[in-house]
Amino acid sequence: MRRSSTRKTGPPNSAASVNSSAVDLFRSASSKAVIKELERIDQLFNSYANRSSGVIDPEGIEALCSDVEVEHTDVRILMLAWKMKAEKQGYFTLDEWRRGLKALRADTINKVKKALPELEKEVRRPSNFLDFYSYAFRYCLTEEKQKTIDIESICLLLDLLLGSQFCTQVDFLIQFLKTQNDYKVVNMDQWMGFLRFCNEISFPDLNNYDPELAWPLILDNFVEWMREKQC
Amino acid sequence: MGRSRVFSKQRFPVGIVPSSYSKYKKLKMNSSDKMIELEEGWKVMVAGITKLELIIEGQFVGKFSSEEYMNLYTLVYNMSTQKPPHDYAAQLYERFNDSIRDYITRMVLPSLREKHDVFFLRDLVTRWSNHNIMVRWLSRFFFYLDRFFTARRGLPVLSEVGRTCFLDLVYNEIKDRAKDAIIDLIDQERQGEQIDRALVKKTLSMFIDLKVELELYVNDFEAPMLRNTTTYYARKASNHILMDSFPDYMLMAEECWNSEKDRVSHYLHSSSEPKLLESYSPWSSEQKTQHELLFLNADQLLQKEHSGLRLLLRDGQVEHLSRMYRLFSRITKGLDPAVVIFKEYVTADGMALVKEAEELASHKKVENKDIVGLQEQVFITKVIELHGKYLSYINDFFMGDIIFHKALKEAFEVFCNKEVAGISSAEILATVCDHLLKKGGGSGKLSDEAIEETLEKIVSLLAYFHDKDVFAEFSRKKLARRLLSDRSINDEHEMSLLSKLKQQFGGQFTSKMEGMVTDMILARDKQAEFENYLSDNTQKYQGTDISVTVLTTGFWPTYKFPDFNVPSELIDCMNIFSKFYGSKTSHRRLTWIFSLGTCNVIGRFDPRSTEMQLSTYQAATLLLFNKSRRLSFSDIMSHLNLPVEEVTKMLHSLSCSKYKILIKEPSTKTISQTDVFEFNSKFTDKMKRIKVPLPHVEDKKKVIEDVDKDRRYTVDAALVRIMKTRKILGHQELVIECVQMLNKMFKPDIKVIKKRIEDLIQREFLERDKENSTTYRYVA
Repeated sequence: MRRSSTRKTGPPNSAASVNSSAVDLFRSASSKAVIKELERIDQLFNSYANRSSGVIDPEGIEALCSDVEVEHTDVRILMLAWKMKAEKQGYFTLDEWRRGLKALRADTINKVKKALPELEKEVRRPSNFLDFYSYAFRYCLTEEKQKTIDIESICLLLDLLLGSQFCTQVDFLIQFLKTQNDYKVVNMDQWMGFLRFCNEISFPDLNNYDPELAWPLILDNFVEWMREKQC
Repeated sequence: MGRSRVFSKQRFPVGIVPSSYSKYKKLKMNSSDKMIELEEGWKVMVAGITKLELIIEGQFVGKFSSEEYMNLYTLVYNMSTQKPPHDYAAQLYERFNDSIRDYITRMVLPSLREKHDVFFLRDLVTRWSNHNIMVRWLSRFFFYLDRFFTARRGLPVLSEVGRTCFLDLVYNEIKDRAKDAIIDLIDQERQGEQIDRALVKKTLSMFIDLKVELELYVNDFEAPMLRNTTTYYARKASNHILMDSFPDYMLMAEECWNSEKDRVSHYLHSSSEPKLLESYSPWSSEQKTQHELLFLNADQLLQKEHSGLRLLLRDGQVEHLSRMYRLFSRITKGLDPAVVIFKEYVTADGMALVKEAEELASHKKVENKDIVGLQEQVFITKVIELHGKYLSYINDFFMGDIIFHKALKEAFEVFCNKEVAGISSAEILATVCDHLLKKGGGSGKLSDEAIEETLEKIVSLLAYFHDKDVFAEFSRKKLARRLLSDRSINDEHEMSLLSKLKQQFGGQFTSKMEGMVTDMILARDKQAEFENYLSDNTQKYQGTDISVTVLTTGFWPTYKFPDFNVPSELIDCMNIFSKFYGSKTSHRRLTWIFSLGTCNVIGRFDPRSTEMQLSTYQAATLLLFNKSRRLSFSDIMSHLNLPVEEVTKMLHSLSCSKYKILIKEPSTKTISQTDVFEFNSKFTDKMKRIKVPLPHVEDKKKVIEDVDKDRRYTVDAALVRIMKTRKILGHQELVIECVQMLNKMFKPDIKVIKKRIEDLIQREFLERDKENSTTYRYVA
């Protein structure tokens, strides 16, 4: 048992098995406990998964959400998906499930629920947040060659991801995006630009914004729109 | 002891030539004789010195005989070479010094002290001159000391001693008085009085010669003199600046310049010239040359309401403008305020022309709003004139100075890029060009040289336009029209224009147009070949009368080619040509553009037959009436298989304009799709041959669209090319390089460049650097 507690302090998202004899050692020592854990994780998976497709589909996710008492539009579900490195929006495969839950050290639904606040804190750390932020964009690309996301969805995403931290910026940005006509979709470069903007530019005075620099044009337009409003 | 050993070894002082050696033999070496005592010998010296003094004072007429001189010289020699303790070289040296000092103290200083002003200077000059004579003579007497004594002991030579005496005793006492007196004289001369220039020069030579490297001159005379000059000219400037007109002030300044220059050449040291006249600022920013002082308030002068630069420009005042350039160019950055005013003036002039054209254009009829009318063309002509005028100003008055050229360029760039009556000036310029080069365009009266000159001016004006590619595109369209309807005055002028454009803006600018002109030449040759081909086979091809111009697709503007139903009469001819062409070339595909063709049709009207020159579409329309007398609009349209607009235009030209070859029912002025047309058998005209024109409307919007599209590609290509070479580049540098690269064709909008960069990022040609979001990387 002590050995498994040292496991907890290792990097959370790394794969459980590394080719070291130490792992084998405590595997064999606590292998029973580990096997039990894995079994429970799989069982949990099966309780939500679709019988025929073998993956958790949107229905299953909804059930999961109600069990952890979180809205399925809540950002924490997105964070869970990130932890799992889920590829397709609305679906979790077994591998992804295993990956995520192992990293959370959760094998029951209660443990999952309890792990969420810690997960949130972890994601909000600046080093992780950047990765999470760009993951969120990619996660929303449903078609194969899709490179852009429509404005409506972008607004929702912005609110979801940045609304708590940068609420004034997000409010104005959403207002702008909805009223302007130049852009019907947003690409990854512009999406990343929004985060940089919130982090770097003082708001609402926008004093340190320089349109001569490499900010995406959509943000130049946003700043112009803001300045007009302020006059 | 040899007889003449002493003298043969010695060198005589310059100027003394012994009349014969025998004399000197009398003067013997003294070693065997008795010793000369110091005081004894000195008495003789004193006698000589006294005589010298009297000569100098002018109280003794005469001079030293060579015997007297030799005696003194030998005495010194002997006294110096005696065996110790009677070797009196040191004492003699000291007494040499003392004698001079004594004389100065006794005679020179008192005299100087009691004189003033000019008299003082005169005396000083005399005394200085005398002193030099004295020292020279004494040095000759005591010359032997310089041979061994001073060198061996490391002491100053005799002439040096003499100079130091004067410096210590006379100069240091009188230097201020001398300086003041000279400055007084200078001031007097500035006021217009005559002064004794030679006197001043001589006095200053004292300052110069008394110490090396002009130390005394610079510190004790020049510095105060310059300060005095500063005061003088500062006052003069403030006195004149309000009352004088700008030209008068400049005249005064020039006179002052000349007089100061004169002053330097006559009596000041040449090193004073820059400090007095030209700009020099290495050491003191406070101290200004007289010139700079006069123009401290250059702006105030230039802006003078009734005589300032603007008026001089307006009236083209040669003398004053040239003088202004001369004077202001002598001060560092002195021309800057003038350049600013020049630029403002030219810009205002140009903007006035724009406004004038706008006013005239407001009277244009609504339907003519988009057409480049006469008033717009006149605007360009006037701009060209303006350009010529100011160019000549710059070359004639301002010595072609580059800063004025730059100002001119900036001024022209301002108003040449304004729209006139909603039409871009690039388009207007293209129209002016077109008029010049087409038959009946108004160039008929101009000689070849005049046409060439105007083309030259147009091309140089084009350099100021930002949207050169708009000009190029309109020119290309118009050139096509000129070439295809044979309305160009002259192939040579066309080529000349193209070569001028190529020279200025590069081959890419003109490559398509050159291709077009070449095409026409080749087409003519091909047609001649074709006609030979026909005449070689008259049996087969009798009656074929078709002339074809083959155009290379890439060079010419794109023409629409709707699915036209070709009249049967034409099809045969076309096939014959196609066969011929196919036999002469390979890998070519011919596409017939009927909208550009012309046809001669003979209309057998009742009164008489008339030959009509028509467009192919018009001809095809009329040929339909060979089969039936009456046709409706829709009949005609379906037979021809052309779009509505074309059919409307055509029927209008045949029934509602000058020649009513068809009768329209109802006989309204416009065509509607329900009209019916009948062949007008009663048609006649006094001319046997008529030309039925089809009005050509230029699709301006399309031109602008094409240009915009091209620009996007050009910007993309430029960005990719730059990034491919540089691999990594910051945003601002990329934008700057891009603008530079495209400058010859157009001035790209920064926003457009930004958008293209973003587009390239999305298409994964570029990416943002992970660490620094303002830097881009090329994605291979």
